[in-house]
Amino acid sequence: MISLLQEAVTIAADEHTESVASSVAHGEVETATGLPQLDVTTFANQIFWLIITLLVLYWVVAKIALPRIGSVLSDRQGAMTGDLMAAEEFKLKAKEAEAAYDKALADARSEASKIVAANRAEIQKELDAAIAHADAEIAARTAESEKRIREIRDSADANAREVARDVTAELVRSFGGTVDQAAVDQAVDSRMKGALQ
Amino acid sequence: MEGNIGELGQYIGVGLTAFGMGFAALGVGNVAGNFLSGALRNPSAAAGQTATLFIGMAFAEALGIFSFLVALLLMFAV
Amino acid sequence: MATEAHGEATGLSFHPMDQFIVRPLFGDGEVHWYTPTNVTLWMFLIVAATLALLVMGSRGRAIVPTRGQSVAELAYGMVHKMIADIAGKDGLKYFPYVMTLFMFIVFANLLGLLPLAFTVTSHIAVTGVLAAAVIIGVTVIGFVKNGVHFLDLFWIRSAPLAVRPILAVIEVISYFVRPLSLSIRLAGNMIAGHAVIKVFAGFAAIAAVAPVAVVAVVGMYAFEVLVAFVQAYVFTILTCVYLKDALHPSH
Repeated sequence: MISLLQEAVTIAADEHTESVASSVAHGEVETATGLPQLDVTTFANQIFWLIITLLVLYWVVAKIALPRIGSVLSDRQGAMTGDLMAAEEFKLKAKEAEAAYDKALADARSEASKIVAANRAEIQKELDAAIAHADAEIAARTAESEKRIREIRDSADANAREVARDVTAELVRSFGGTVDQAAVDQAVDSRMKGALQ
Repeated sequence: MEGNIGELGQYIGVGLTAFGMGFAALGVGNVAGNFLSGALRNPSAAAGQTATLFIGMAFAEALGIFSFLVALLLMFAV
Repeated sequence: MATEAHGEATGLSFHPMDQFIVRPLFGDGEVHWYTPTNVTLWMFLIVAATLALLVMGSRGRAIVPTRGQSVAELAYGMVHKMIADIAGKDGLKYFPYVMTLFMFIVFANLLGLLPLAFTVTSHIAVTGVLAAAVIIGVTVIGFVKNGVHFLDLFWIRSAPLAVRPILAVIEVISYFVRPLSLSIRLAGNMIAGHAVIKVFAGFAAIAAVAPVAVVAVVGMYAFEVLVAFVQAYVFTILTCVYLKDALHPSH
């Protein structure tokens, strides 16, 4: 392929010598006569400099650039996995703390409810005692009152019976009869029984 | 206008090579279009095939570049 | 000849190929093999750019990368992944050379896009040497690693026996076309892009079409930036594919 190209170029160069000469004679800037890519006279130069450049570039890339970037990338990978692990640890810790907090909260709540229950029981007890005391007092007062009412009623009964007996005796006497004390008592009693019951 | 018949043939030949570039364009468009229609059907598989896409486009395009090379040789080296 | 004929006929001067001329850096003289030329200058700049990106960029060795360092790491990661994916883990031994190739081509292409620059990868001589180095290297690696089994690459055992000779011929031809297509693809893309930009720029001399020409140059320039990168990528990825063939010749 290359030799074919060379042949073509040399033929072309032969043909165009005239036009090159004319353009140089005109004092123009150097222009391309034919394809510069096919100018075999510059191939050796290009290949020489290309090989040197590639060697230098290979040395730079292989010895300096790639190891450095590779180490940076692996460092970052390491740092990232380290950070992720640390984050995981922190997450675990946070979870533990949350659990502890929850437990403390539950404890406090149960303690509070215990205290509330105790207080309530105590108050209930006091209340019960007070109610019982009050009941006892009320009962005592009621009994006393009943006793007094009964006394009053009894005395009232006796008085009424006395008055009724007196009145009966007097009525019998005014009608001219003799007063039989026993009969009067009996009559009054039988009458009063119904009224005072 | 004067000139020789050889130069005329040269220019006609160069013009004809432009068809080669046009057909290469069809080829590259075909590759890209088929890739796109496939990628839209199955987007998850598309990412792994971009390399294949570029290789296919490069092969299709290389033949168009060959016709360009023929044009250059006709213009400058014959 | 062709360019001058145009120039005289229309008053326009197209010299799209002038930018590819190899000139001595100092004075006018013959270009000997040792003469420092614009090839030398731009190859030196390629080395300088690679140094700036890969070495200066990663100077800090920062865990959280700076801008330059992250670009360097991106390039490293891209080429590394390319080799690992295509050629396999045992291809990573050749990572430095593939990285060298990639950095050289990508910087040659991109620096070549600077105004007044010289594009070293637009020369068949340069790309031919790059491609030949890849193909010869890969062939040597193939024979050293696999011995005679490397020829299994051409003798496809999964095909029917009757078809194998035909396939072998096709495979041999395609094997020898590889360096050709590898070098001409890269050089052809570079020549074509730069020549087209130059031709559009030449049209800017006519006032009536100058705005169109300028817009076209801008568009082509953007396209060429893409092409510059894609061609470097393609060259590298094809190197990886050929390396895979050498390391694992059985299909």
